[in-house]
Order: sequence, then C-alpha cells, then structure tokens
Amino acid sequence: MTKTAAASPYGFRYIGTKRRAKEHARFVTGHGNYAADVTLPGLKHVALAASPHASAKILAIRTDVARAMPGVHYVLTGEEFCSATDSLPIGVDAPKVTRWALARDRVRYAGEWVAAVVADSRALAEDAAELVEVEYEALPHVTDAEQAMAPGSALVHPAHGSNVVLHRDFIWGPVEDQFAKAEHHMRFRAIWNRNATVPIETFAVMAQWQPGTEILDIWASIQMPKYPDQTAKALRLPGNAVRVHYDVDVGGSYGVKRGIKHTVLVGFLAKRLGMPVRLVEDRLENMRGGDMHGPDRSFDIDAAFDGDGTIRALRIRAIDNVGAYAGRAPFQLGKPVSAICGPYKIPAIAYEPISVLTNKTPQEAVRGFGQAPTNFAIERTIDRIAGFLTMDPIALRQKNLIQHDQFPYTIPSGSTYDSGDYHAVLDKALAAIDYPALVERRDQARRAGLLAGIGIATCLEPSGGNSAFEPLLNPKNETTTWMDSCLVRIDLSGAITGIMGTSSSGQGHETLVSTVVGEILQRDPAQIRVIHADSLSALPSNSPVGSRMAIMLGGAAAGAARKIKETLLAIAAHNFECAKDDLDYRDGNVNLKGVPSKILSWDQLVEIAHRKFHAMPPDVEPGLQEKFTWQVPTGGGLPTPDGRIQIYPCYAFETHIVYVEIDSDTATPTIKRYVCGHDCGVMINPDIVHGMTYGGIAHGIGAALYEQFTYDDNGQLTSGTFMDYLIPSAREIPAITIVDHCTPSPLTTFGQKGSGEAGYLGAPAAVANAINDALAPRNVEINALPISHLAIWDALAGRNSR
Amino acid sequence: MSETLYRIAVTVNGVERTGQVTARTSLVDWLREHLHLTGTHIGCEHGICGACSIMLDGAPVRSCLIYAVQTDGHRVTTVEGLTHPDGRLSILQDSFCETHGLQCGYCTPGMLIAAQALLDANPRPSEDDIREAISGNLCRCTGYQQIVEAIALAAKRISGEPA
Amino acid sequence: MKSPAFEYARAASIDEACELLSQHGDSAKVLAGGQSLVPMMAFRLLRPHWLIDISEIAPLQYIALETDVARTGACTRQCTVQCDATLAAQVPLLRQALAFVGHAQIRNRGTIGGSLVQADPSAELPLVAQILQARLVVRAKSGPRTLTAEDFFTGPMTTALAPDECLTEIQWPVWPDRSTGSAFTEVSRRHGDFAMVAAGAQVAVDAAGQCIRAAFGVGGAAPTPVAFPDLAQRLVGTSFNQALLRDVAQQAAAALEPGADTHASAAYRRHLAAVLATRVLQSAYDTARAAR
Repeated sequence: MTKTAAASPYGFRYIGTKRRAKEHARFVTGHGNYAADVTLPGLKHVALAASPHASAKILAIRTDVARAMPGVHYVLTGEEFCSATDSLPIGVDAPKVTRWALARDRVRYAGEWVAAVVADSRALAEDAAELVEVEYEALPHVTDAEQAMAPGSALVHPAHGSNVVLHRDFIWGPVEDQFAKAEHHMRFRAIWNRNATVPIETFAVMAQWQPGTEILDIWASIQMPKYPDQTAKALRLPGNAVRVHYDVDVGGSYGVKRGIKHTVLVGFLAKRLGMPVRLVEDRLENMRGGDMHGPDRSFDIDAAFDGDGTIRALRIRAIDNVGAYAGRAPFQLGKPVSAICGPYKIPAIAYEPISVLTNKTPQEAVRGFGQAPTNFAIERTIDRIAGFLTMDPIALRQKNLIQHDQFPYTIPSGSTYDSGDYHAVLDKALAAIDYPALVERRDQARRAGLLAGIGIATCLEPSGGNSAFEPLLNPKNETTTWMDSCLVRIDLSGAITGIMGTSSSGQGHETLVSTVVGEILQRDPAQIRVIHADSLSALPSNSPVGSRMAIMLGGAAAGAARKIKETLLAIAAHNFECAKDDLDYRDGNVNLKGVPSKILSWDQLVEIAHRKFHAMPPDVEPGLQEKFTWQVPTGGGLPTPDGRIQIYPCYAFETHIVYVEIDSDTATPTIKRYVCGHDCGVMINPDIVHGMTYGGIAHGIGAALYEQFTYDDNGQLTSGTFMDYLIPSAREIPAITIVDHCTPSPLTTFGQKGSGEAGYLGAPAAVANAINDALAPRNVEINALPISHLAIWDALAGRNSR
Repeated sequence: MSETLYRIAVTVNGVERTGQVTARTSLVDWLREHLHLTGTHIGCEHGICGACSIMLDGAPVRSCLIYAVQTDGHRVTTVEGLTHPDGRLSILQDSFCETHGLQCGYCTPGMLIAAQALLDANPRPSEDDIREAISGNLCRCTGYQQIVEAIALAAKRISGEPA
Repeated sequence: MKSPAFEYARAASIDEACELLSQHGDSAKVLAGGQSLVPMMAFRLLRPHWLIDISEIAPLQYIALETDVARTGACTRQCTVQCDATLAAQVPLLRQALAFVGHAQIRNRGTIGGSLVQADPSAELPLVAQILQARLVVRAKSGPRTLTAEDFFTGPMTTALAPDECLTEIQWPVWPDRSTGSAFTEVSRRHGDFAMVAAGAQVAVDAAGQCIRAAFGVGGAAPTPVAFPDLAQRLVGTSFNQALLRDVAQQAAAALEPGADTHASAAYRRHLAAVLATRVLQSAYDTARAAR
C-alpha cells in the first residue's frame, strides 16, 4: 500500500528516509515469537513460593505436602540450589553481598523467592507453591535509605558490616573556590521515588538441557549484556555450554529485562530434572519479586551562582535505595558522571553518590540508567535558581547552555561532549509551541482562577553505551571495552543477510541493520534479511543497553558491509586487471570508470566469490561473509585517579516544553501541550526515533505524575498490581509535537547518536517544573516525584504528604 | 483429585474449535496453550492492561477475565483473525505498519482488536474517540501517538478519503 | 495468577441457578460478567468450589421501561445499558455514571447486577442505585424478595444477599417531572480507575426554575456509597443559591467516614466529596432548568 518515500534530509539513499520497520508485519498479524510463545514437548512449569516478610530468618521449609501433589515434579529450595550454583555477579566491591534466585537461611524483602515448584501446568505449580510451608522468625527491617545508613540500623547483609555498598566523593574542579566566590548559594532536596519502566510483557524464560551435547538451551525475554556468560558461570558450566536463542522477540525492556536470577534457576531445574522447564512471571511475581524496580533516589543539591545567572558550581549528594541486593544497579549512580553538569557550562562539581541496601525489592537497570533522576534534580535546580533570581528560566538556560562553537566540550568530570547546538534546539522548540502565545494562555488561565504552569527542561542523553562506570565505581573492575558486532553474508543467490548477536525489544534492529547495509552496498533494504544468531553462533555483543545500538550495531553493520564492498571491488579489479580506484561501484555492480560496458554485475561478482576460485584475487577468501566488531568510539581508557572518565561517546540533546493546568479544587493536573525539541544527530529511521521519543516522554509523564512502588510500614509493597501501580493510558498522555534538529556526531559512522532513552530523560523534569510553575502563585513547591493528586492537594493545603 | 474437564466448542476466527478444559482455564490460556494462537498476549491477568483483548461475539473483551468454558457456543476473533484469509494485512494492520504504530509488538494485538472494534462501530472517529477506545490498552513503547495516527489513517482509508 | 480449581455450572434458567445455589450455598459464587470476580480468583482472594454462571440466562437480560420505573435484568451488560437511548432519556444518571466504569472492554462484558453485588464502595453503579433509591429483586429457591439499595449495601464489598440468593432485577425509579437534570463526576488518578471519590445528583425543577425534587450521593468516601435524602430535601423549594449548596455539600462531606490509602488521604477524600457534591448538584440543577 502507500509508502511515502521522502528523500533523506541528509543526502543518503536510505538513511533518514521513511521506511517501514521490517519487524512490524509479524507483530500485527500475531506472529511474533515471544519467550512465552516458544514451547517444547513435555514442558514443565515453575511457580514460586515467596517470602511474606520484609526480613526474616528461615527456620524450616517443609516441601513434602507440595511435592506429593499430583502433577508436581519437584520442589527446589535455597538449601540445594545455593550449594549447587554460584552467586550472581556483584557489580560493586561488596563480595559478601551474595545473591541467589532462592533465599537460604534468610529473606531480605517481601516477595523474595524461597522455593520453586515444577509441575505439569502453571496452575498446578501455583496450587503446590501455596502448600510449601516455611517457618520464619521475623527480623527488624529497614526500607528507608537514610535510616539504613544510620548507626544501629538493621543490616540487610550482616556479613557486609554495613548497608552502604558504594560511597564515593568526587571533586571535579575548584568547587570550594567557586562556592566562596559565588554571590548566592541555594540548597534543596529533590526526591525521585521508586518506579520502573514496567514492560507489558513480564519476564519469561524456558530452558532445556541436552544430555547428548551437554548444551543448555535458553529462550528468554532478555536484554542484557554478558547474559550467557553470567548464566554459565553461576551454573558452573563452561561458557560454551549455554546457548541463548536471541531470535526471541522481547515484549519491551527499557532496561529491565534482566532475568538472570530467573534464568539460573530455570537452567538449574532443567538440567537437574532432565525436562524442559519454563518460568513466566505473573504480574504479582513481576512487581514484587521480579527485581526490576528502578532508581529510588534523593538528591541534596547545593548550588553556587551569581546574580547575573552564572552558575559557578554544584554540590550533589545522591542517596540511592538499591533494595535488598546490589547486582548492577549501583552503577546507575555512575552514568550521570558522564553528564553531571547537564548541558551547562558549570566549571566545578562535587558529586557524592551513595548506594544503600534496604529491605525493598532489588533494583535493576531502568531506561537512562540513573540519568533521568539526575536530570530531574539538575533541572529543578535551574528552575529554583531562576526563581531565586526572579529570572526567566529560559534566559537562565540560554545564558548557561554550552555554545555551539564550544564543541567538543570537556566537562569537569572528564567527559567530552562530541557535538551539539543547544540554543538552536531550544529556539526551535520555543517557536514550535509559540512560546509568547503559550505564556499569554497561561496568564489568561491564571486570571480565570486556574493554576497553570509552563515547564522547561533542557537535558542530555549520553549514548553509545560504554560500561566505563564499572572501573570508575569498582577499582577491581577493569572493563574498558563494550563492543558490538555484525556479520554480513551474501549467499550464492545474491541475497544479503545481516546477523547480530543480541535480541531486540522493539528498537527495530532488523530495520537498522538492513538500512545501514543497504546504504553501504546500495541494495534495497527491503530485500535484506536480518537475523538474531544464538549466543554460540553470534559475534560479541553487549546488547541494546545504554542507548547504543544506532551507534554500535549501526557502526558494526556498516563496517561489515564496507568489507564486503571492498571484496567485490577487489574481485572486479582482479578480473579487469586494474586498480580498485579505477572502478565505479553502483547498486552492487562494478564497472571500469568511464567504460560502462566493462561491468561485472552483482550476480556475477557473487558467483565468482562463491564458485569461481580461478577468478578470485589470490589474497581474498572465497565466499562472501564479513564480520566487523566495533569498539565504542571513545572507549578504552581507565579513569584518572581523581575519577575523571569518558564513559559515553555521543550526547543527544532534548528540550521539553510542557503546559499544565491544575483544577485547584480537586488537585487534578492535566497536560495541555507538549513539545519536544530533539537532536540525536542523523536519524537512521526517523519514525523509529520519534516512536522511542514519544514512548520515553510517556514513561517520563508516568514517573512525574503516576507511577510509584510504594511500601507500607511493614515493608510490604502496596502497589504490586496494575490497579495500584498506575501506568498512564492514551487518555493521560497528551498529543506530543517533536521538533527535530540534526547536529551530526563526528565520532560515528553516519553522524548518528543514541536515542533509546530519548524523552524519558527530560519529561519528568519538565512536567515537575510545569507543576511548580503552576503552584508558584500559591507559594508552594513540590520536589518529590511522582506528583500525585494527593501531593498537589497536600501542598495547596499546606500539608506535607510525605 | 483430578479436575473436571468440560467439553467446549467455540468458533475461533471462523473455524469451530473443540477442546476439553478445566473450569479455571482462562480463555487466553486456552487460545495460547491449547490452540497455539499465541498472537493474543498476557500482560497482567487481572483485567487492566488489555494485552489479551479479543472479540467475543464481535465485542472486544479481556480474555484473561473469561473462563474458556464460558465461551462454549460463542464466537471468538483474535488478532490472527484480522488478517485476510490470503494473508494480506487488513487496512488497520497495514496502517499500524505505515505510521510505526508499534515497537515491541506486545500490546499490538490487543490494540488492533480495540481499534478494529472502534472502526466497526464508528468509521469516522475523532482523536478523542480513538484515545477513549484504546484507553483500556496499555502500551509502554509508543506513548500512543503513532497508534492514534495509525487508527486515524485506517479510518481515512476505510472511508476512501485520501490518506 | 491462575484461579484455584473449581467446578463450573452454566445455569440455563433462573430456577436452575436458584436450585444450584440452594445445593451449594456458601461454597458457590454466582458468575455474571466476571469483571471483578475473575481478578479476585486470579489473586486467589476467593476460593469457591462452584461457580454458577448466570450470564447466559436470557430472561436476566432486558431493559423494560414503564412510566415510573425502568427495570433492568441483572445480567444486562453495562454496554447495553449505556447504549440504550430510551433508557438514558428516563434514567440519565445511569449512562452518565457508566462513562466512568472501567473501559469499553470491561463494560462489554460486565453486567449491571454484577457491579451492584460486588458492592465496591468506590464503584459507580452502586452509587447510582443509592442516589435513585433503586429497588433490587433477589431470588432464592424459596422465592423472591425486594430490597432497597440502602438495605442492600451493608458494607465494603458486602451486601444483604444470602448465600443462596441471586440478584435478578434492578428497578430504577423514573422521575415524573418534565424538567429533570442529572450529573455524575468523579476524581480518579487515571481515567477508568475506581474513583477516589465519585458524586452524582439528580434534580427536578418547576416552570419557575425552583427545585421540586433533589437527590445526591457520594461514593468512595465511606464503607458504602452514601445518598443524602435529608440534605437533598433542604434544596427543594430553592433556586440553589451558592451558600446553601456549599452548606449542603459540606454537611454531606462531614457525615462521611472516608478511609485512606496510597492514593488519597481521608482528609482529601472528604474535601473531594464536598467539591464534587457541589459540582454535580449545580450541574444537575442547571440541566434541569435548561430542560424547562
């Protein structure tokens, strides 16, 4: 049907044009292949018995009644499981904070798994799980991070000796000096309460042990770096005994699809029982014990600035409540180091990240990896400074934003921003929303008795996912590469196949690879197939985390395609007895420059490569298959002793402008207008970039107004269903206008930057700023997210709801 | 103690399907596990997310909130039934592809069911009508924008207006 | 989140349903639309041995309009009631309230009677039943009886239904007055959620625009939805001046016993009750006047 083929704004053939995603046809017809869709003969199902206590000693577990139920094959407890497997990896330097899928001796949060039942059906497994009898002795618990840091607090892991698993003091630049010189100081606290990106698909994993080959096959809704390696290590298997099937469609991740504990458990059961075993989290397990909550963070900010709006320095103390186990989550305090001053020229920063264990569900990586909360804190700071100085928040931003001619720009924490034109993007967004008219609309609404506010946020998305926060925050860790790769193959028929080594969760990687390969080889991307190899066949990948695939997989696919193109040219040069420089490459055919008749077609070149060794140049391998593994463009270095480091190569920029009205009688906020100016360099597929940005904004609106994992005084999660954990619908999310700008990155293949976290990084800040602008005439302020109806009402009534 | 099995006959996507189910088997579990119609997805199993939406006798409902045994003698349409018999995409399915009205695809079958029901009842919906019709279907990828665009595009195409 | 095991019986008639209920009594639950019952089964909060499905009993699905009453069969789908224009003309509050009930997929399956029997204190239809003083016909094997809404709702999620009884019909009073207006509104965190607080009102006026009949109520702010017939009586004979309206609403709010949860404190709920009661009364009055 209709397909609009607008020309690429960047002068490319396919990149930047409107192209349908290759993945869509299977999804709209119901032919996706999600982990819970994959089945095997004789499949058994897992259900879990979970702790009702936030903290307790396990005195005894009786499984005989459950085990005796018809249809039940096994009941596994921590006693057996923890002895037979190794702890999951601990990212920070806290070796005693070990973690297994099943608790042994002690439970550390309500919902922690205590026993796993394997039965013929999920229903029977649930029946039996209810009959697992566990005798507990309740222990004191702590769910508040600052209480957990206080002397005498209950300890989540007594062997660690403290609840703090990470505490650093970074000083970058002359902080003391700048504070001394500054005309004004301002302190406040910003709170980002616990939420997550909560995909509609829960985590699902199926495993089968093949005794003949001694391979553990795994199908999972996974998006996670080093997943096969970690699974194998925990199961005490060699890495080549685990085969992860990456051709499984993942029903949304946004960071959290990291069911490593689920996988080790199911892998163990499959091998132990000799049966294929599947665990599909139900929503209750997912919310409570799925270990996918995101940052839970308070910021104490101290800002030093002058009367003219010059911001001199920031002191940021960030306390993150990481939950009952450490995992990789504390590193979410690390990513913000790469953009710790936001898009602003702030010459000195003190940053004190603290990661604290509590008896809450463990945290996992969430979209933005800690950057969205930090951007929220920084942008609240900017607005509060503007308020303090009675300066227009836009003018204050314009004064402090890094200028276009200052790139590349190195910030105090040692990261160099590659490129940008922040003022231009801000101007475009202001024009798109007709800012003077919007101000007039707000003022009119105010005159009519409404509370109305405009919120701005100008934020960065560090992208190109490197993992250099690992050596920064754990000196024993020397990770300096975070490569990705692609293999391109031309078969005898001339068809092109791109192969990647990771799964996808909606980012359109098949579309990305086919577009890039088509661009380089000048072949129609619609005819290029892209597949996800399994982990034993695949090339190295670090998965689509950290907003990296356009840069890393795109770069790798381009690299592999270029190698293919060089081979084709070499074959032609050999046959025409000329130099490669004498040849023209057009649409896959190669001819001698200026001699159109002297041509080898794509089909002829492919046939030579596959069948006619006698026509091949002597130093070229037959067959047409090339791989390319790409290192993160700026990666490779360890941090300096004072903690300066380049983590991410590319910096996308976004400006959000939001208009909100609040019915002050009912404290109901409504978003009336939303514009986002966005610059992520060259967009390989604009529809995909826009889609992720819309989705990120929706996530951000959820974080700003609706979503929170709340706990009661007993340490019980009180928003563990979709009736209480409020994901916004099409009625809460407004129509959004995105305005594009393009400042190409000098570091990437086509000038692209990352966009996987776009929208989410600025929306919470912008919405919070809009609400606060609306509340300003009443002289009240809210600096904790989410800003619920109740929070607004309490603020208006002069109460503190938290 | 084994559970009683109930014999059911349900017209699924125009074809009569029979089976024996326990009373507690939800319609979505029967569709997925017994009929292998895995296009209908499970998101919450408590009637909030809409991922499991199907049409029962032509009306969109949540298949996690219906026991399969209740559908004996009724008519069920799943996402697989929206495609033309020759495999061509319906106008609505094609419109979702055209506007990039999906990303991970997980909520998509439920969205398509809700949207198709809207268009069946109201061929010229306003943006508000569209947002209301899909407000019982949660999506975490798209922010709904390109879904709303897809449904508006499909409505235009169905009524023969230039898209 | 799979339901616990149970036995299923599809009742072909009201008599059969009553017979099954008399056999199984306490160990049975009636299954109508299932939109509240099935999630509770999935959470394993309910464990009946039997579910008696009454949703296929045709004689429980009807809308019958008489001069002074609109009768709806208990198993009439919410969407059917919402779409019935004639009923909406006679009992407009029903359609207004149904717009706030869940989402289309829920209303396509959910029944009028199911929502009433579920008796969620925040639910919309129980509130309408209270405001309009609906009468509920229930049947046991031994015979029928009729309850007022006030007697029917006994507490949060509890009703006066005996274990062997089944709700069969709801009788919605139709006001005879030519100039009648009604309004329903609520505040919830998201569209389609159960209300933090809901309010509805119906008002009739004479040719001069003076109130001749009024009813209103508030949901979500007490163990059951509450109607305020005595306070409403104070509005009769008036032209709804602001001070009186506010006073009536404030007194209603003061009489409530709101609970607290993560979404709303008791004080906020009480505040919302007063605000929303004022709004629906004013809106119903304005509509009634416009209908003169």
